[in-house]
Amino acid sequence: MSNEKIQAGLEKYNASVEKTVARFPERGNLPEQRLYTPLDVKGADEYVEQIGYPGMYPFTRGVQPTMYRGRFWTMRMYAGFSTAKESNARYRQLIASGATGLSCAFDLPTQIGYDSDDPISEGEVGKVGVAIDSLADMETLFDQIDLGKVSTSMTINAPASVLLAMYIAVAEKQGVPASELKGTIQNDILKEYAARGTYIFPPRPSMRLITNIFEYCSQNVPKWNTISISGYHIREAGSTASQEIAFTIADGIAYCEAAIKAGLKIDDFAGRLSFFWNAHNNVLEEVAKFRASRRVWAKVMKERFHAEKPKSMMLRVHTQTAGSMLTAQQYNNNIVRVALQTAAAVMGGTQSLHTNSRDEALALPTTESVTIALRTQQIVAYESGLADVIDPLAGSYYVEAMTDRIEKEAWEYINKIDEIGGAVAAIEKGYIQKEIHDSAYAWQKDVESGARVIVGVNKFQMEEEPPKGLLKIDASVGVAQCERLHAMKAQRDNAAVEKALADLKAACEDENENLMPHILNAVRTYATLGEICGVMRQVFGEYEAHVSL
Amino acid sequence: MDKPIRVLVAKPGLDGHDRGAKVVAHALRDAGFEVIYTGLRQTPEQIAKAALQEDVNVIAMSILSGAHPHLFPKVVNLVRAQGQEDVLIIGGGVIPDSDIPALKEAGIAEVFTPGTDTSDIVKFINENVK
Repeated sequence: MSNEKIQAGLEKYNASVEKTVARFPERGNLPEQRLYTPLDVKGADEYVEQIGYPGMYPFTRGVQPTMYRGRFWTMRMYAGFSTAKESNARYRQLIASGATGLSCAFDLPTQIGYDSDDPISEGEVGKVGVAIDSLADMETLFDQIDLGKVSTSMTINAPASVLLAMYIAVAEKQGVPASELKGTIQNDILKEYAARGTYIFPPRPSMRLITNIFEYCSQNVPKWNTISISGYHIREAGSTASQEIAFTIADGIAYCEAAIKAGLKIDDFAGRLSFFWNAHNNVLEEVAKFRASRRVWAKVMKERFHAEKPKSMMLRVHTQTAGSMLTAQQYNNNIVRVALQTAAAVMGGTQSLHTNSRDEALALPTTESVTIALRTQQIVAYESGLADVIDPLAGSYYVEAMTDRIEKEAWEYINKIDEIGGAVAAIEKGYIQKEIHDSAYAWQKDVESGARVIVGVNKFQMEEEPPKGLLKIDASVGVAQCERLHAMKAQRDNAAVEKALADLKAACEDENENLMPHILNAVRTYATLGEICGVMRQVFGEYEAHVSL
Repeated sequence: MDKPIRVLVAKPGLDGHDRGAKVVAHALRDAGFEVIYTGLRQTPEQIAKAALQEDVNVIAMSILSGAHPHLFPKVVNLVRAQGQEDVLIIGGGVIPDSDIPALKEAGIAEVFTPGTDTSDIVKFINENVK
């Protein structure tokens, strides 16, 4: 059909609805067009270059050739709380319920490199994740879990090198060689400065630690995903969909540049880079976001970094449903929100997924809530049909047009960040933080004006009883953890610890030294996380945040 | 004209989630208050010191990590101990309803949980500040 004919039909349609639309300004004036047609999408002549086929450049339709017609995504539930022993029990229960990968949540002292007995840790031990002070805790955390079989994702950033070293050391004790280990460390420090807040060191030594990990793993832990470049937290902090992928891909560019500067070859590490997206409420926009992000990254890798291996050009992604979209009000409604977000992630072609639990706007989730969240994934996988066809929304005029729109907006931001001098400079200047905050504030204004409806919050409210049976972490967890730590310190060979820490300090001072082997040695002596990070703090200093409102 | 109300928006503890704190700080500023935001990872001692130095009328704290039962009362005690009896201290974040009575008992004037309209916080401050 010719475009003229389509245009003529569209004009006729528009004229026919003009009066009706004028009667409903609230729905009529949404930012999106009312209707999309073949006029909004690329022609067949651009199909192969821009959309193509799954497993082929530019990977718009997915990174694997068969996607969920091979196997489903990894159902990976983020969990961890209290002590290593309790978290170990939750992991084993998740594996028994059919979870296919582990995802460790660490408490804040662990994420910021403090031991449980540090005064600054008071009140925080075991709260948002499990407390890990030394290899002894890590051994308990993975007790009776075969590290040769399971794949483990660890949400750890500033001290990622230390937790990875502990994981390698536990595997050694189980008789599993590092070359067999499968998993991911988040290891994405740039988004910590921009959005998540668990940084320790300034950007330069942080980037060194990250490239040290890339290099060490490419030789010793080849199946490990050395970084999960994360848009999730940027979105949680309030960004739009386009900002989420743009700022994250800009971070990815910065990591590649740092690694290349350190002497690595792009095709030697790029295949182990992975990404982390948010699955937010607007289902179709999210699907378009996933598709656009794969296309942008593929082009960045091919055109900017001249990668040659297809694997280097693939944006492989873990996804989590949007925690910030959960409501404390009528909290069972969150089950429905999570189901829709799951649908978006699956139609967007994610490689793994965590689904949030209904009660997370109130507390850490109960076992029952976690089970519902995991069942949500299983229902989408086995019952909904959404996973039966690869990239099922391709060819939708709307979704294709939105994929193009998000890609265009992402390039505009990436170009702007290039002009500022790259992601590190843009974060140091507070540019990215300000953009995110402005979007967050605009969102809040829209909710408060009623322009954006959140069911149960600013519309359809009702009186309700406070929910019962929420999970509580007892303050005694902190006391018990400190006792464990002190008992461990009394037993270890303190001379060996001192020696390993002195050796690590010397390595930190020599910029050409890869720190990973030194950290691994220290971990094996049961040097604590706080001691190891303390040495690095002495040499590297600490980051001072740029606060702008 | 009255002196504008001065508010210290603070993030006690190690929690890095500051979307809420920054949105509230921005909204309070738009409502005509003078707002000082501490940034992340403040100890109770640092918050109390800032409250004294900045001579604020209100301290608004946000915690999403679950450390509120420990950290909120600690700030109240330090602020009262340095003689700032009249400073209005409020809190917000991921805080279960069942924790709220104990926080109020400890001197937190009001607790604002997820879904709160920022205009309700403005109203509460205007009605309760001394």
